[in-house]
Order: sequence, then structure tokens, then C-alpha cells
Amino acid sequence: MVTTTDLKNDTVLQVLWNVKDPEIDTVSIVDLGMVEKIEAENNHVTVTLLPTFLGCPALEIIRENTRKAVQGIPGVAEVTVDFIYSPPWTSDRVTEQGRAGLKEFGIAAPPRHLEEDGSWHVDCPYCDSTYVTMENIFGPTACRSILYCRSCKTPFEAMKPVSTLM
Amino acid sequence: MSNTEKVLSVEEREAVKALLFQLADDDFLFSYRASEWLGLAPHIEEDVASSSITQDTMGHSAMYYMLLENLGAGKADDLAHLRPAEERRNSVLTERVNGEGYYMDTPQYDWAYTVVRSYFYTQAKKVKIDSLRNSSYEPLAEVAIKVNMEIYYHLMHWRVWFEQLLSSTEDAKVRMTDAIKLVMADFGDVFSYGDQKEAIERFDIIATEEDLEENWILAITPMFEKLGNDLPVVPKNAERNGRNGEHTRDLVEAIATLSEVYRMDLSASW
Repeated sequence: MVTTTDLKNDTVLQVLWNVKDPEIDTVSIVDLGMVEKIEAENNHVTVTLLPTFLGCPALEIIRENTRKAVQGIPGVAEVTVDFIYSPPWTSDRVTEQGRAGLKEFGIAAPPRHLEEDGSWHVDCPYCDSTYVTMENIFGPTACRSILYCRSCKTPFEAMKPVSTLM
Repeated sequence: MSNTEKVLSVEEREAVKALLFQLADDDFLFSYRASEWLGLAPHIEEDVASSSITQDTMGHSAMYYMLLENLGAGKADDLAHLRPAEERRNSVLTERVNGEGYYMDTPQYDWAYTVVRSYFYTQAKKVKIDSLRNSSYEPLAEVAIKVNMEIYYHLMHWRVWFEQLLSSTEDAKVRMTDAIKLVMADFGDVFSYGDQKEAIERFDIIATEEDLEENWILAITPMFEKLGNDLPVVPKNAERNGRNGEHTRDLVEAIATLSEVYRMDLSASW
């Protein structure tokens, strides 16, 4: 059993890998780059998260799932989950594993490169074709756009790039 | 949240709160009016897009109300729902109805008006956010950096609609030109801080009214030059100044509707 004195941040991080995006079960909040800080003091753990989008209705669900997951660690008495805005979450915080998880779910990972006019390109997450069209920059959730693959004739979503350069 | 947060003097704290009420109420009412379009937008993709923008915008107002809560102004949800019209500090522009009718009945909403209001308002918001990124009040600067990334897409969206409709049929041009007149008639308080001007401008929380207005004009000039339309003129004196709590019937009705459920059970947990 983990006692209060040897409760490590690593132990907390391990359970956070199991806290998934409520709508994308192949991607954890760690992969999304939302976990900014883990602090364990005695038996009180504070997890500091970055919201992807400010109006995202999943944030409270993520907060509660995070709290429950950390609360389940033996030796943890109290859990605080905070959202902070600085540094801001940007789409380049999504890890390689996160990008793979998104693709597995059928969502193209956020593009790493923006054109000078602000436009961007992703490939089809299903057939990898580059022959895709943007249907709607805005999608079913704040963080996603809707695209269409002309090769495999499949509509798909992409995670929107957001950066401080915007 | 910052460790280096400095202690504010009483005057500075009141000035920050005064500005936050204006920012929060602006986005809250603007977002509420946009949400009334849900299911009624001109096509399905627009319904998805404008409701996504609305959700972001509601998130921005929630951030400002939260900053107010942190400054001891009261609970964020209460600030959003329970304050009567005369205590609201939003621009009159944001409270105006979308057109005739009611969304539960037979709405005859005006899309041209919505496009013009949304483009002009979002561009004004962009100008303010650019200034707030360097705000002397650090928690507000941090939120502004985040908001800035999100409104990048909003502004792009409304620019496209604005340009396309004004480059379209004669009918579209007439409707858009009429809408510009309507929107500009209410633009007199958009950059105003009302009777809080001196207090707000004193502490470098945000740029002066005059600088914001000038930056807004600069930002929209290329669009108007490209379209060959005359630049709109911001009225010198607002007929009603929302920053001083001067509002229309539209706001009274909006608050009654949007807070109806919240008022049913004030102790409910959301």
C-alpha cells in the first residue's frame, strides 16, 4: 500500500492515463496535454488542468473523473482539481500517443503547421488520403472541425489547431 | 491564477470589477441572442457553426463572471441570472432582439442583422482582447490570451458571411446596408466605459475608449475598401448608454426568459 509519505506524483500520473476524454475513449487527458501540474502534499493531491476550450461542457465531467480516479489511490485523503488558464492550452500539447489515439477514433490530429493565411491541412484519418475538403471549421464540439475525404468518401472530424500565434 | 498577483487598492479593484461587468454582460447577452438562432440558422452547417461560437462565447462570459466571483462580487451563476436590467452593463447592441417574433412562436429573424452585429461586435471584442492581453490585472490578461485563440475562428467566420452577402445579389446588399445602419445606431456605447471611464482608464486595465475605437476602424477598413462601401461611423453619444444601466425592453424580456429555469429553484446544484 502506498503510504502518505511515499505517495509519488508518478503514481498520480499513472491513474490520470486512465482518465479519458468523455467523448473520445482512446485519448487520456494526459495525452491531450491537459495536465499541467501534480502536487502531493502529505495525503492531499492537487491536480492542475488546462481547459482546451473555455466553454467546453465536458470540463466539469473531466474534473469529477479526475477527482474520482485520484481519490482511488490508496493513501490519498483529499483531492483538489483546479483549472488554470496560464499557460493556455494549445493543440501542440497533444502527445504522439494522443495523436495516434485520436486517429484510432477517426479524428485527425491537430495540424502542426498553419499557412500564412491561417488555413491548415490534415489527411484523412481512415485512408490517409490528402484529398480532403473542409466542410465546417466548427464541429460537434468546440475543439473539432468537420471535413470530408474525397478518396474514401467519408466525412470525418479533425481537432482544430489553436495556438498563441493566432 | 498567478502567484505574483499583486494586492489591489480599493479603487483599482472597483475599476477592475466595473470593466468585468461590462465584458461579462456583453458576451452573455450576445451569446444569448445567438442561441435563439438554434435550429433556425440559414442552413445546417451554419447551425453547427453559430451554436459552437455561441458556446465558446458563453464560456467567455462565464470566465468574466468567475473573475468577478473571485473579487467578491457574488456567485458567478447569480451574477449572470439574477441581476435586473438596470444593473446590467452590456452594450445596448448586444441585447437587441434578432428580429420580429419569438423563437417558440413564429420567428422572422433577420440574418443580415445578425451577420453585421456579429462581425462588428466580434471585431470590437478582438480589439479589446488584444488590449487586455497586456492588462495590468493579470488574471484578466491570462483569460484574454485564451479567449484570443478562440475568437480567431469566430472572426474568420463572420468576415466570410459579411463579405459574401455584401458581394451578393441586390436584395442581399440592400438588407445588409439596412442592417449596418441599425447596428451602427447602437454602436455608441460599445467602446464606452460609461461613468466608469476615468476609473477604468486610470489603472492600465485596458486601453482608452478612443484607442479601442480607432483600432476597430483600422481593423475593418480593408474590408470596406475591398467592398467599396463607406466606412461606418461610430455615433459620438449613445442615445442609451448600457454601461450606465440604460437599456431597452428587449433586455428586460431577455433576462426574464434566460433566468426562468434558474429562478425556479435557486438552491439547485448545476
